[in-house]
Amino acid sequence: MAKNPLDPDQLTRNFAEIRPPITPDEARAQAARCLFCFDAPCTRACPTHIDVPRFIRQILHLNPAGAAETILDSNVLGGSCARVCPTEVLCEGACVDRILQGDAVPIGGLQRFAVDWADGKGLSFFEPGIDTGRRVAVVGAGPAGLSCAFELRRRGHAVTIFEANDIAGGLNTVGIAAYKITTEYALSEVERARGMGADIRLEVPIDGAGLAGLLVEYDAVFLGIGLGATASLGIPGEDAEGVWEALDFIFQTHRKPFAECEVGGRVVVIGGGNTAVDVATAAVRLGAERVTIAYRRTRADMPAYEHEYELAKGDGVTFEWRISPVECLQRGGGLTGLRMQRLEMHGQGREATLEPVAGKEFTLECDMVIKALGQQPLVEFMNAIDGLEVDRGRLVVDPDSGVTSVAGLYAGGDCISKGAEVVNAVEEGKIAARGISDFLDGRGER
Amino acid sequence: MKERPNLVTEICGISSPNPFWLASAPPTNSGAQVRRAFEAGWGGAVWKTLDFEPIVNVSSRYGAVDYDGRKIMGFNNIELISDRTLEDNLAEIREVKREFPDHALVVSLMVESKQESWHEMVKRVEDTGCDGLELNFGCPHGMSERGMGSAVGQVPEYTEMITTWVKEVAQTPVLVKLTPNITDIRAIGRAAQAGGADGLSLINTVNSIIGVDLDTYRPLPHVAGRGSHGGYCGPAVKPIALHMVHALAADPEINIPISGIGGIQAWQDAVEFMLLGATNVQICTAVMHYGFRLVEHMVSGLEQWMIDKGFERTSDFVGKTVPAIGGWGELDLAYKVVAEIDQDRCIHCGLCYVACEDGAHQSIIRTEIPDDEFAASAGAHFETSGKRRFMAGAGGGYVNRYEIDQETCVGCNLCSLLCPVDDCISMVSRESGLPSMTWAEYQAKLAKGEVEEIRPPQHR
Repeated sequence: MAKNPLDPDQLTRNFAEIRPPITPDEARAQAARCLFCFDAPCTRACPTHIDVPRFIRQILHLNPAGAAETILDSNVLGGSCARVCPTEVLCEGACVDRILQGDAVPIGGLQRFAVDWADGKGLSFFEPGIDTGRRVAVVGAGPAGLSCAFELRRRGHAVTIFEANDIAGGLNTVGIAAYKITTEYALSEVERARGMGADIRLEVPIDGAGLAGLLVEYDAVFLGIGLGATASLGIPGEDAEGVWEALDFIFQTHRKPFAECEVGGRVVVIGGGNTAVDVATAAVRLGAERVTIAYRRTRADMPAYEHEYELAKGDGVTFEWRISPVECLQRGGGLTGLRMQRLEMHGQGREATLEPVAGKEFTLECDMVIKALGQQPLVEFMNAIDGLEVDRGRLVVDPDSGVTSVAGLYAGGDCISKGAEVVNAVEEGKIAARGISDFLDGRGER
Repeated sequence: MKERPNLVTEICGISSPNPFWLASAPPTNSGAQVRRAFEAGWGGAVWKTLDFEPIVNVSSRYGAVDYDGRKIMGFNNIELISDRTLEDNLAEIREVKREFPDHALVVSLMVESKQESWHEMVKRVEDTGCDGLELNFGCPHGMSERGMGSAVGQVPEYTEMITTWVKEVAQTPVLVKLTPNITDIRAIGRAAQAGGADGLSLINTVNSIIGVDLDTYRPLPHVAGRGSHGGYCGPAVKPIALHMVHALAADPEINIPISGIGGIQAWQDAVEFMLLGATNVQICTAVMHYGFRLVEHMVSGLEQWMIDKGFERTSDFVGKTVPAIGGWGELDLAYKVVAEIDQDRCIHCGLCYVACEDGAHQSIIRTEIPDDEFAASAGAHFETSGKRRFMAGAGGGYVNRYEIDQETCVGCNLCSLLCPVDDCISMVSRESGLPSMTWAEYQAKLAKGEVEEIRPPQHR
């Protein structure tokens, strides 16, 4: 696979943040638009329930430090969420200014303004609670684990985080398009948990037996293990060089200089979710000549957000609807194309059944195929734990405490949702921290 | 198309093409400025206050109150009167008047409280051909420490005395500009009239300290760290000015015309002053903020409003609202309004609810409507994007519905005032079941047993 053809400066420009920071003047002007709603819809629509009207008013009244505290009090990854949240469908989607003025207050931009301001001043707002003598193990240093650890430390419990990877932050650090959030920024938010005294141990994978040990050794355990590998296509030639998993493709943009990242000239992305868009737009930015997203249903059925679809379209990504791959074509071990099959939909939406249309096969020439079919649950790991209830790949937890079917074992993040936003994982980590704390205080049920 | 109304306005014998004058202030400091103002469409100007010698000003001079992102809701200054020589000023006044014979050019004066000084100044100024004089008895800062400005305007006897001196020699109409820094504006208005004033201008600026710098602890504005009280003006002072204009217009003892001043920035403000008895208006702060071109919108807005209401000239409506304002004791206790929320226009911000609950009379009921039910009943719809659905105003699975408790609403207006949506909350008349009566009449009826005691409002 050839290294990409663009020069480093061009690549840096290509990966510039798509939502650049807003200026203090703009922040004030936009903050003045906020109506200061009572029981604000934005706050209700935020999974972490950040008091949005309050922090916006703090910005308006020249108290950005207070604004940052309001944000981080509810969401320790408030700066990351300001960058990567689909605010269009969450806080800003609920903003009543959309009715009044046709346009939401840019809550994400204001949130970033406040948090960046406080970070620029080196401010921190929270202190560990008085030591309780209790010890909690957190498995996975992704958003759920970091959030849970942060909240546990505020309550005075000792926390050790075990992370299999050699870098902390989970998908927030390495799994999101680099033009939304930089690796460095994501890592800086990891420090909010570490700064509270959470002990983060990298490259310590935990298996079923290891977890059993943690349950004995620690007073409680939180699982924020996320999901596993991308689902495979199950077609001939899938092992050809040039066939990538979506997350591996994104990983490289966070782990290597852009100039060293690999990209094809003609790239086909299989899938219709937000990750497919992240991958496709990253491929364009890395210099691919032609990028196609191939999805087996229609545009209306795509799991990707509207604004993500529009972003891809704006980047010149082309779309092929109602097709699925049947074979990766290769010559001399290298990928030359993807044999595709047209599909017919019977019924509507995601319940519709898909059938191949006879005689409607064709070849998409390409030198890179990226599989963005969604990650698979870590079934093997979950099955290794006695009595752990799993429902269709999701760890089953009590929504109010995050406790699993195993006493002392809590969970949150993608392993309970099968894939949601960073902001959902943060909230689930918070809920579990409360659950764990109640449990350790003897108030919760064991 | 209806014919354009005639905006030509006359006040104490001085005519101008429209009722919009520049007040005596920095925008009228020079011939070049006044010339540009007249070219831009201003009907008249009151030249910045003259004394025999130019004063010396300090740096800095102005301060402002911003309000939640908007600049200059209120403004103050510690600038004094003209800092240019009398000779230069008089030459330019003469020139501008010759160039603009149809525009009103009035000159503001302030000299030491000596009869001969006033006589000399009046004669020299009137020699320019100006249309009238305005006596600055209003300036509350700096000059007042030297026995001039509001030091005169706060004492009825001084006001009458100096007005009399001026009228002894004046050939042109004399307006007296009043300070609001008094307890009852009528006393000063009557004194000016007794001294022979042909008209009254008000208000001059309100005594004020605009603010404090929280980093340096210095007052604002400051001069080498020290401050002084300054004159407050701008949109924030308009209600104070309206009250004082009305007080004079409604005073049966006062029968000279009024030039209204104070916080006018839009044509509506001017119309309000005129409905409350001002024959014309004077404007400064808005021009200092936005420049002379502002008058275009004022003229256009006034014209459209007059066409809409069928007025042919400004005198058709000057003072129209004056009789409707009187003492609280004249108000009818039987009149009752309650708020009504138009559910189709409501955006669910909840501002009415929290204001009523925390700040008024606890008469708005909040109900959490499940969002599906709300969407079905209100004809609203969810938007979908990917696997998420959302709706403005919805969150946490519900939409708040706000309704007025008609039994307990006291009709205070608060919710309708703060609702961000036009015509969403209206105040509607309700039968109170009481006979029409003032408070005094109510007391009399109570004593005679003709009415039952009005019960206190119910509070939740």
